Amino acid sequence: MLQVQQMDKTFGKLKVLRNINIQFDRGQAVAIIGPNGSGKTTLIKSILGMVVPEQGSILFQGKSISGDASYRHHIGYMPQIGRYPDNMQVGQLFEMLRDLRKDQAKLDEELIEAYQLPAIYHKTMRTLSGGTRQKVSAALAFLFNAPVMILDEPTAGLDPLSAEILKDKVQREKQRNKLFLITSHIMSDLEELATDVMYLVEGRILFFKSLEALQAETGEERLGKAIARIMAQGQQAGS
Amino acid sequence: MKAYTAIEVTQSPTLQQEPTHTPMQMLKIAKYVVYDILRNRFVLAYMIFLLVVSMSFFNLEADPTKGMMSLLNIILIVLPLVGIVFATIHLYNSYEFMELMLAQPLRRSDIFLGQYLGMTVSLCIAFAVGVGMPVILYDGSVRGFTLIGCGLLLTLAFISMAFLATVLSRDKARGIGIALLLWFFCTILYDGIVLMGMFAFSDYPLEKVIIGLAFLNPVDLARIAMLLQLDAAALMGYTGALFQHFFGSALGTSLSFGAMVLWIALPLWFALRIFRKKDI
Repeated sequence: MLQVQQMDKTFGKLKVLRNINIQFDRGQAVAIIGPNGSGKTTLIKSILGMVVPEQGSILFQGKSISGDASYRHHIGYMPQIGRYPDNMQVGQLFEMLRDLRKDQAKLDEELIEAYQLPAIYHKTMRTLSGGTRQKVSAALAFLFNAPVMILDEPTAGLDPLSAEILKDKVQREKQRNKLFLITSHIMSDLEELATDVMYLVEGRILFFKSLEALQAETGEERLGKAIARIMAQGQQAGS
Repeated sequence: MKAYTAIEVTQSPTLQQEPTHTPMQMLKIAKYVVYDILRNRFVLAYMIFLLVVSMSFFNLEADPTKGMMSLLNIILIVLPLVGIVFATIHLYNSYEFMELMLAQPLRRSDIFLGQYLGMTVSLCIAFAVGVGMPVILYDGSVRGFTLIGCGLLLTLAFISMAFLATVLSRDKARGIGIALLLWFFCTILYDGIVLMGMFAFSDYPLEKVIIGLAFLNPVDLARIAMLLQLDAAALMGYTGALFQHFFGSALGTSLSFGAMVLWIALPLWFALRIFRKKDI
């Protein structure tokens, strides 16, 4: 459903992504992991069309996304740091996005209810704490019932209860044949949610395989341990 | 623990390809930009400032022509300054808004032009109320409408330049620096350079060159259009007569209007081109 072909991206002299070739399909929940600065967010932003790659192409359902905006009808995005117009009230923000994406018939307001956001509709975005902003971001991402969900560090900054609510939501949506792309540094979360693991190092895909295959290969049940083992092997091979 | 229940069981998501309603989406974005600017209150203050200035000029001078002259001088300095600086700062502050919009099924050109439309509508309304109303009240003649027209076109041109300055630099301080430099160049420096050139080459016939040079600065275009209306050109000797001859003609008027439109369209077009490929 989503394909990235031979993509390169540089910021100035820095090569952020090199020769990315990958295909994601419905029903997958892909954990995108890698050290800080390995290009995870840049990859996500390229898929969203916010970052324009120099080389290669990104296809959504076989159609190139470059110069196209309508494919984003089918994407729900939760950013790493949700930044919103400061003077806007929470209620106005939801109102505005509903207005701009009117075409989506079925709205999914489960998270708005679960996080009890209507109680803070009158507050301006500026006054919200980081965690509350994350809740708003999550509710917005799921609101339009999109078949592709991109979550950039979804649980960072959420309290344990809110994080559980979000993970439950992801689990339920996964059943409905959606594609999830999730970056996180919290391995236990990814272990619960992911079906596949993609590992990025210095802008390259080191591997992309299913969680079971990874567990079988490394002989480790825990994703964190499995990744640590692979990183250690990589270092040994390098030295 | 379970503080929520599923509200409705939605069917498996379907992928229908919706057309993106371009002009509608642009207008919607413009609407939200206007809301945001109105919350800011700066535009209200600007409107009241213009209103106070124009009312006092018309009340202090018994002759509305003199009032218009004084008003013109203020407008030629203040309008470009406010237009370019306010638009630049606001656009940098709208970074979050743009980021949010870019994740939605909206085209980049709609987002950018919606921003432009919202900004120009806000500042033009402030100008129309602050200057337009008193001018029509005290002097509803052709020159009054020329002044209003020039003011609106100048506002549009400098907002275009502001949008260009903003996409040229990611850094806010540098962007505002570029904006201020453009303003300083157009309102002060350019005339100084032209004057110096005139002195240096005073032995040569420069009239045609001077007319050509006026097209390279929107502020000069507005000033000349207004001075002709105020009959002040008669006081400017041979060059004034020549200006009257050229800019007073139908060809000259349409040429200078065309040049003004280019001053609005070209910077905006360049800015849009850059914005389309920009990484956010």
